[in-house]
Amino acid sequence: MKQYETVIGLEVHVELATKTKIFCGCSTEFGGAPNTHTCPVCTGMPGSLPVLNRQVVEFALKAGIAANCQINQYCKFDRKNYFYPDNPQNYQISQLYLPICHDGWVEIETSAGKKKVRIHEMHMEEDAGKLIHDEWEDCSLVDYNRSGVPLIEIVSEPDMRSSEEVIAYLEKLRCMMQYLGVSDCKLQEGSMRADVNLSVREVGSETFGTRTEMKNLNSFKAIARAIEGERERQIELIEEGRAVVQETRRWDDNKESSHAMRSKEDAKDYRYFPDPDLPPIHISDAWIDEIRSSQPELREEKQLRYQQEFELPAYDAGILTESRHLSELFEEVANLCGSPKKAANWFMGEVLRLTKDKGLDVEKVSFTPEHLSDLIQMVEKKEVSAQNAKKVFEKVFDEDIEPVSYIEEHGLKIVEDTGLLNDTLQKIMDENPGPLEELLGGKEKVFGFFVGKMMRELKGKASPDAVREAIVKEVEKRKNQ
Amino acid sequence: MAKIIDDETIENVCILAKLSLTDEAKEKAKQDMQKMLDYVEKLDELDTDGVEPLSHIFGDENVFREDVVTNGDNREAMLMNAPKEKEGQYQVPKTIG
Amino acid sequence: MELETMTALELAKKIRQRQVKVSDGVKEVFDQIEKKEGKVHAYLDIYKKDALARAKEVEKGIMDGTYTGPLAGVPIAVKDNICIKGKKTTCASKILENFVPQYNAEVIDRLEKAGMIIIGKTNMDEFAMGSTTETSAYGVTRNPWNLEHVPGGSSGGSCAAVAAGEAYLALGSDTGGSIRQPSSFCGVTGIKPTYGTVSRYGLVAYASSLDQIGPVGKDVADCAALLEVIAGHDPKDSTSLDRKDLDFSKSIEEKKLLGMKFGVPKEFLAKGLDPEVKEAFMDTLKVLTSQGAIVEFFAVETMEYMIPAYYIIASAEASSNLERFDGVKYGYRAAEYEGLHDMYKKTRTEGFGEEVKRRIMLGSFVLSSGYYDAYYLKALRTKALIKQEFDRAFDKYDVILAPAAPYTAPKIGESLKDPLAMYLGDIYTVAVNLCGLPGITVPCGQDKAGMPIGVQMIGNCFGEHKILRAAAAYEAERGVFPTPLKGGREA
Repeated sequence: MKQYETVIGLEVHVELATKTKIFCGCSTEFGGAPNTHTCPVCTGMPGSLPVLNRQVVEFALKAGIAANCQINQYCKFDRKNYFYPDNPQNYQISQLYLPICHDGWVEIETSAGKKKVRIHEMHMEEDAGKLIHDEWEDCSLVDYNRSGVPLIEIVSEPDMRSSEEVIAYLEKLRCMMQYLGVSDCKLQEGSMRADVNLSVREVGSETFGTRTEMKNLNSFKAIARAIEGERERQIELIEEGRAVVQETRRWDDNKESSHAMRSKEDAKDYRYFPDPDLPPIHISDAWIDEIRSSQPELREEKQLRYQQEFELPAYDAGILTESRHLSELFEEVANLCGSPKKAANWFMGEVLRLTKDKGLDVEKVSFTPEHLSDLIQMVEKKEVSAQNAKKVFEKVFDEDIEPVSYIEEHGLKIVEDTGLLNDTLQKIMDENPGPLEELLGGKEKVFGFFVGKMMRELKGKASPDAVREAIVKEVEKRKNQ
Repeated sequence: MAKIIDDETIENVCILAKLSLTDEAKEKAKQDMQKMLDYVEKLDELDTDGVEPLSHIFGDENVFREDVVTNGDNREAMLMNAPKEKEGQYQVPKTIG
Repeated sequence: MELETMTALELAKKIRQRQVKVSDGVKEVFDQIEKKEGKVHAYLDIYKKDALARAKEVEKGIMDGTYTGPLAGVPIAVKDNICIKGKKTTCASKILENFVPQYNAEVIDRLEKAGMIIIGKTNMDEFAMGSTTETSAYGVTRNPWNLEHVPGGSSGGSCAAVAAGEAYLALGSDTGGSIRQPSSFCGVTGIKPTYGTVSRYGLVAYASSLDQIGPVGKDVADCAALLEVIAGHDPKDSTSLDRKDLDFSKSIEEKKLLGMKFGVPKEFLAKGLDPEVKEAFMDTLKVLTSQGAIVEFFAVETMEYMIPAYYIIASAEASSNLERFDGVKYGYRAAEYEGLHDMYKKTRTEGFGEEVKRRIMLGSFVLSSGYYDAYYLKALRTKALIKQEFDRAFDKYDVILAPAAPYTAPKIGESLKDPLAMYLGDIYTVAVNLCGLPGITVPCGQDKAGMPIGVQMIGNCFGEHKILRAAAAYEAERGVFPTPLKGGREA
């Protein structure tokens, strides 16, 4: 049997985290009632005109610079003309001839090692509205709240060869965008979407096969499945001696199959031309320098810094930097408590465990950094047992309680009070004359019995060391009596 | 020689422009467009090699707005002109097959 | 002085001097409308009640100092492609038959701040595509000088209204001559400002890179005053310029032609120009030189390419600008259809008139795959060469002179038979739009049948002051131009 290689290029749409739309002052907030975030501009009313949101250009530049792109210092918007009801003007304002960024690359890492994926271009454009199907009347309804939300489209070269590489690339982009603060990249809310261009060819072949474009992919899992499905479909066609048709296909993740989106009415001729309503954009060297110098630390740099500065293992540094949000929380705790290693252990252990157990999005983890820092310091000072600290932390994680007073109020603080210790010990010894005799008789085994009893009775208010010391002292005392 | 406008071209243009013409109107459109294209063919005489296409007369300065929300809920005003409306949305023929 | 013959500035002055009430001017306009509108049909919509109510408000505003401008209290007509909140805006198209914008065009806000009174919406060629106002879906407008003739277009309603005394002033829009040509046909004055001088926000776009709103009035001073009202930076229009030289009324105070240099493209006077129009034009040159102006002829090599470049660019932009009329959000939707694309097609086929469809089809074609470079880009390159040629001319001349149209107003029904022939009539006006230049048409004569003839003065970008000064000086020298009300030459 012949060996085939999959060749994949991606078009990734990322919704930018601006407050307002790209060409009007409407809010981009997600989830408003239909058409409540609309105005004459984003509903394509006659006579309305677009005015570009500066922040969109800034974000596009940030993304482009982070992805090692060249910047078109003179760039323009073009109109992409096609009729569809989610597109109120029946043209989308996008960039074709002079996109803001081009020729960049990002590095991805898979089980096979590191690899560069080249970025063909990055351009700014407006999002479309949302269409929903109305079963009652067998018609569709249009909501323009998303119409005009700014996007950047990141077009890769056909440099990926497997779904693993594709997922790594998408994760890389997502992490990069989140670090840059350019987008939250939520696939479920559609703030990150990918179209997959895929072709297959015999291993060793220099030329590309005919590619198809797959749309409607809204999770990493769906993307992986769609890639496998499309690869198999194309190989089957080739094996049967049939041709792969260059077309757009719609992936149905429930059926795990795709179908061609063909229509006589879709001419696929977008008649791009420069938008006369929007003057060209000039991006000065000074502007680029300003953005370059204000770029935040990206994940790779941060990971390295954690290894060097905090002396964390590469693996831990990797995990802690996966999300910018989590890494920032971690760093605050680390700085507050003065022990990055201990903070790292808490994050690697408790924070991630609770996040996973509770099925929470890591971006949603939120608590006051001081609270965990205080807790870490109390454990350090042996003011609370490790066991109790973990229980208290769950409260911090869930409700962000203030741990110091909580520990006090719930009597979880380890007491230095030898009186209480001795009184409790006396009581336990009195209640357990048998084991006491054995202990005094030198049976080491029962030592643990008393420690356990004490710990249970004191509910963590004393450290095991203090308990042990108290028992040893008492035994010595009784022996000498 | 200018481009010859045939039936296929007119059909394609009608798909692009979303128009449906009667056969008679198509024939007329074909003739009109042919006449116009024959006329504008004159441009071929003009040597424009090395001339940058001029899309915007002005545009030396950037024109931006700041990222500040200025619009509130305009739903009612926006939907006022909709030929068909349902539950605060624009109603259109079914789009998904 | 009778209200009927007053200019807008004269009326406003009388109002300020408390000799005339605001409502008198408004009533005068409605009297004229009553008398002539049945024949002329300049308007698509008339706001009599609103205008009379507004007149009271403005009267008060002038008394209490709210409105102090030179045009406060003046009634004005607005072309029906300019949005007024709560008023039907149809662009003379069936596809917008019931469209009521919920926002004002920027110019409307400015008219209101100036204390002007909007009396109605004027007829036009559908979506401003045409040169005769015959492509309107709501009937033709007739030329007040001779009702068998067209008023020109596309701002035919605005120019006819001013000529007939049915308005003191009007707003038009000019994409390829749509203010300057009908001004010439109707014997009124009209200005197409430098691109970006007047906000396009709320002007329903025909060809965005060429469209400008401009004033139509009885004389140069009225137009300059109105331009001053509507000009100014608007952050809602990205192509709006922040000019600091908007004191247009001031530039006409000194009516001096001595030493001003005028250039005449000699190709403009060659074939195709009606002999009577040419004669009037040559007479104008004589008036200018007699006042010490220098007039020279120069060659314009790109003349033959102006119309082709213009129609490719304008149609391309129009095809895209008019895509939004689809029966989804506003306007007409076909009554019966099967599915989405059929709805689009029926709505647009039934909603648009012939000329609009013709341009949409041409525009879609020149942008389509395989033809973009050969047609659209070629036209943009040609535009660059035309611009270069005008730049060179303005190194030498203060003002370029041209006829406004090759002929006087044609008879109704003669023009639409041959669209290409109609397009060729725009030969003297389109370059101004392609290059973003300001241009003014001033009446300069009449043909033997008494139909008016206008001369066009073209300035460099931001050169409004020079053309206004030249036009005002010429106008003063020419003397009072007759009106169709009186008929015949008075001067």
